[in-house]
Amino acid sequence: MKHLISCMKTYQKEAILAPLFKLLEAALELVVPLVVAAIIDNGIGAGDKSYIVKACLLLVAFGGVGLAFSLTAQYFSARAAVGVSASLRGKLFSKIQSFSYAQIDGMGTSTFITRMTSDVNQVQTGVNMTLRLLLRSPFIVFGAMAMAFFVDARAALVFVGVIPLLAAVVFAVMGATMPLYKRVQERLDGVFLSTRENLAGVRVIRAFRRDDEEREEFSRRNGALSHAQKKVGKIAALTNPLTYVVLNLAAILLVYVGAIRVDAGVLEQGQVVALYGYLSQILVELVKLANLIVTITRAVTSQKRIGKILDEESEPSTLLSGGEREEGAFLRFENVTFSYGAGAPALDGVSFCVKEGETVGVIGGTGAGKSTLVNLIPRFYTATEGRVLFDGTDVRKIPAEALREEVAVVPQKAVLFKGSIRENLLWGNANCTDDDLNRAISIAQAEDIVAAKGGLDAEVAQEGKNLSGGQRQRLTIARALVRKPRVLILDDSSSALDYATDAKLREALKNTGSTLFLVSQRTASIRHADQILVLDDGELVGVGKHEELLKNCETYAEIHRSQFGEDV
Amino acid sequence: MRKREKTGTFSKVLRYLKPYAGYVTATVILALAVVALTLAVPYLVGLCIDCIVAKGAVDYERLGNLFLITGGCTLLGALCQWLMSLCNNKIAYHVLADVRRDAFEKISRLPLRYLDSKAYGEIASTVIADAEQFSDGLLLGFTQLFTGITTIVGTLGMMLFLRPLIALVVVCITPLSLFIAKFIASRTYSLFRKQSEARAKQTAFIDEMIGNLKVVKAYTHEDENEKIFTSLNEDLRKTSLRAVFLSSTTNPSTRFVNSVVYAATALVGALTVVWTGGVFTVGNLSTILSYSNQYTKPFNEISEVIAEFQNALACAGRVFALIEEEEQISDEGLPALEKAEGNVSLEGVCFSYEKEHPLIEGLTVHAKAGERVAIVGPTGCGKTTLINLLMRFYDVQGGKICVDGNDVRSVTRESLRAHYGMVLQETWLKKATVRENLCMGKEDCTEEEMISAAKMAHAHSFIRRLPNGYDTVISDEGSLSQGQKQLLCIARIMLCLPPMLILDEATSSIDTRTEQKIQDAFAHLMKGRTSFIVAHRLSTVRSADVILVMQSGKIVDQGTHEELLSRGGLYAELYRAQFDGVIS
Repeated sequence: MKHLISCMKTYQKEAILAPLFKLLEAALELVVPLVVAAIIDNGIGAGDKSYIVKACLLLVAFGGVGLAFSLTAQYFSARAAVGVSASLRGKLFSKIQSFSYAQIDGMGTSTFITRMTSDVNQVQTGVNMTLRLLLRSPFIVFGAMAMAFFVDARAALVFVGVIPLLAAVVFAVMGATMPLYKRVQERLDGVFLSTRENLAGVRVIRAFRRDDEEREEFSRRNGALSHAQKKVGKIAALTNPLTYVVLNLAAILLVYVGAIRVDAGVLEQGQVVALYGYLSQILVELVKLANLIVTITRAVTSQKRIGKILDEESEPSTLLSGGEREEGAFLRFENVTFSYGAGAPALDGVSFCVKEGETVGVIGGTGAGKSTLVNLIPRFYTATEGRVLFDGTDVRKIPAEALREEVAVVPQKAVLFKGSIRENLLWGNANCTDDDLNRAISIAQAEDIVAAKGGLDAEVAQEGKNLSGGQRQRLTIARALVRKPRVLILDDSSSALDYATDAKLREALKNTGSTLFLVSQRTASIRHADQILVLDDGELVGVGKHEELLKNCETYAEIHRSQFGEDV
Repeated sequence: MRKREKTGTFSKVLRYLKPYAGYVTATVILALAVVALTLAVPYLVGLCIDCIVAKGAVDYERLGNLFLITGGCTLLGALCQWLMSLCNNKIAYHVLADVRRDAFEKISRLPLRYLDSKAYGEIASTVIADAEQFSDGLLLGFTQLFTGITTIVGTLGMMLFLRPLIALVVVCITPLSLFIAKFIASRTYSLFRKQSEARAKQTAFIDEMIGNLKVVKAYTHEDENEKIFTSLNEDLRKTSLRAVFLSSTTNPSTRFVNSVVYAATALVGALTVVWTGGVFTVGNLSTILSYSNQYTKPFNEISEVIAEFQNALACAGRVFALIEEEEQISDEGLPALEKAEGNVSLEGVCFSYEKEHPLIEGLTVHAKAGERVAIVGPTGCGKTTLINLLMRFYDVQGGKICVDGNDVRSVTRESLRAHYGMVLQETWLKKATVRENLCMGKEDCTEEEMISAAKMAHAHSFIRRLPNGYDTVISDEGSLSQGQKQLLCIARIMLCLPPMLILDEATSSIDTRTEQKIQDAFAHLMKGRTSFIVAHRLSTVRSADVILVMQSGKIVDQGTHEELLSRGGLYAELYRAQFDGVIS
């Protein structure tokens, strides 16, 4: 709740004025039955026509003033609700951007997106409705009761009895149905799953001739859903008849008490009509209140989901203080262990050294820990045990932004963004000249792409959909090169290139002077590296040059054989 | 939607309602009863009030009788209301379930040509969301509309009965509220459109940047994004404010009109009491005021209901379109394919997905039982299409495909597919336990059979490490890697051992070393079985009996690995592109 409240602070004025004007409008509505009573008792009773006309004009005037109040209230509450949702979105966006890779993995980007969109919208509706109605409904209910007391205290006792009874009915039904609605939702999810699976898996289902079983399963789930819906429907359908009975019986009681009071000369006929009017107003408001509570419950759930994100810690810029440089190799892994969550470590006790300007190959099967290893260098993840040193300094002591300026990673998935080629490349370094860009493009073997697309200003569609996989890979490599990084990491990012282009690319990269990490599944791509790290199940099982490894690293030799056969 | 389509949809809705005709009749009768009883109560209360004229002038006896009648009407009305809701629920949920069942069962009879052309989400949303909207909007909307209109007619009738002049006044003023509602709605529409444009822009940005957050962070691009986001956010705030505010003016405005109606009723009513000298009583006035309140209420609802109705009709249209979609040719009455040996022949096969772009033309291939046929070629050459035709996911448009001399169209699809085992590049697993997924092709297999199949496919060791081993619930979107999923699919086939095999890039996501290890298992699997292998990695097809080299739908060359290499041509070219690294 604290995030919502802090966002509301900016809209304090609106948040107070909106309900205030709503209450003013409600107050006018409460006076209406009194005016009608006056028409009956004074106007009709005395046969005073001008009194009647004046009173009716007063009713219209109340309506007009009420309209003005209500519009003012709507405006302020819309302003507050829309403003709050905008500032929540803003906060969420900055917060999410500050998360570490581990947090991104843990929560998943799709939750981020739904929270920023549909959850925030729920909160907006909730705030809007709360400001407009949450105070109004109880005000009318208790106001009507108070007015009834004002008319006649004895008769008003009926209200004291009937309000709790009505509230009990409305809330009992709500309390009984809410968990049932949840069950309906769960069963609906089941029906949805069946449908989706039968579409996504249509080939497998038909190939394995599972149609009948799937139909049976669907029919079972569909029946269960229908059953749950009918059950909740049965209970929910009680609200209206029950409140109707309570209210009408109360009306009878009220008229009876009224009759006695009129008979005793305490009340007049018109006042009984007014009391009856108040009773009707209460019913309308209670139904509204019940609907409002559903909206608010939904908004509160969404608000909690948003709060969970905002409560997360941001990734700090540095994790350790101090910055004294140590002697030794340019890049060093000292007994590094890393695990994602509780499972078995993805990297286990890895140590190696790299000199500046070297080319390092990283190879291993799927899940061997190749990507994990390179992601530790720019500190996308932090080693669970051991140390990673960059230029003699523990990476935890280097501010993340500074470290990532020096270490560029080209990830497996080649992602480009909507915009021109130039805009995409400038992500690497916003102050680049066209010459710098062209140099990077040429190293990345992407000149033909830029030429074919019509120059640096050619449009790239969202996620780079108008480019082939290989084209995207080369452009993402160019984007990294624009930074002129000291360490460049290609995480299996030339897999879609044919051998000749791949070879030319490697040759060109060597001449940039950057320390180069090449992650690959293919021994052909890394065989010329200065040193090759061979990973198997998170362990470093071999370090050395191609020829050495072929001789004394069985894993490496096996990988090589599996790609080229015994004949090589 | 055009009018004829609307009536067409409507008659289909009636067809679904037919089994529940009894309930529909009951609903209509109950609705009439509810309206009549609800309208009776204010009238009775009015009569009660006329029994309370002044001090000492209270007719207790009549009052007592009226109380009894009012109480009776109330209880009866409430009962009818409840029964009506029950009937409505019964109709709505059963029709919904029926429609969903029909739509779902339809999926299994639709040709893949149709299913492949649609996004899964689209069809799923028709079965789930559209069906729901349809039952909610059309059925519940209908009862709401029906009671609304009866209430209007009923109150108007009562007012006419009590005092025609007042009824006239009411009828004249009320259209104002409809007019205002419509005026605001048309303005709101364009503002809402602007809002959804601004929202779409922002959502696209969020999708792109948050979806690729790792890249954003790798390039420390957070500040630039923040700037763009802030300006998009401000745009959305401004357009939303206008849309939200304007749309929220409808209720206060119609409420204002209602209060004018109320005042006018009070004015004319009160004056009538004075003019008629009490023939038109105070009780009558109270009744008529209460009616004027009830009369205006359905008007506010009806405009909403009509909008929902339109939407529901559109949804119903989509659901029915799915249900009536042309089905694949029924194979009812055809004989089953009995224990085929696996001689597969394609003779002059022609096929295309779109008429303008012929894909496969005059393709002829003969595979003898037990032969290993590999299909290679560049992307889009028709490899996967060939598999679609073999499995009869699609039917040939010319020529024929025969298994053991039987045209595949002359036997049932089920029996044909029972002869094939298939592993596709795009793996698919059901949300179920590992066990259920593995035994999909052979439900009665023993634990030992299952485990030995999993071991052969090198899946046993990772399955064992899953939280509940073979009983772990997995799904298509779960945490298994693509390679692990492929291993499971391979194990699934190892378990049912059909006479013919189709492996479409079956090991594309498995690293080469593991792949090498399961080659033995594959060799064992393919022994004596006609196999069709599609592979990108040429190392996996070298040992095939015959390699078909495809290019743009045609077979440009066929032969063994050595033959093809020595002949040069496309195969040699493809091979060299992959293995140049070693040769150079």
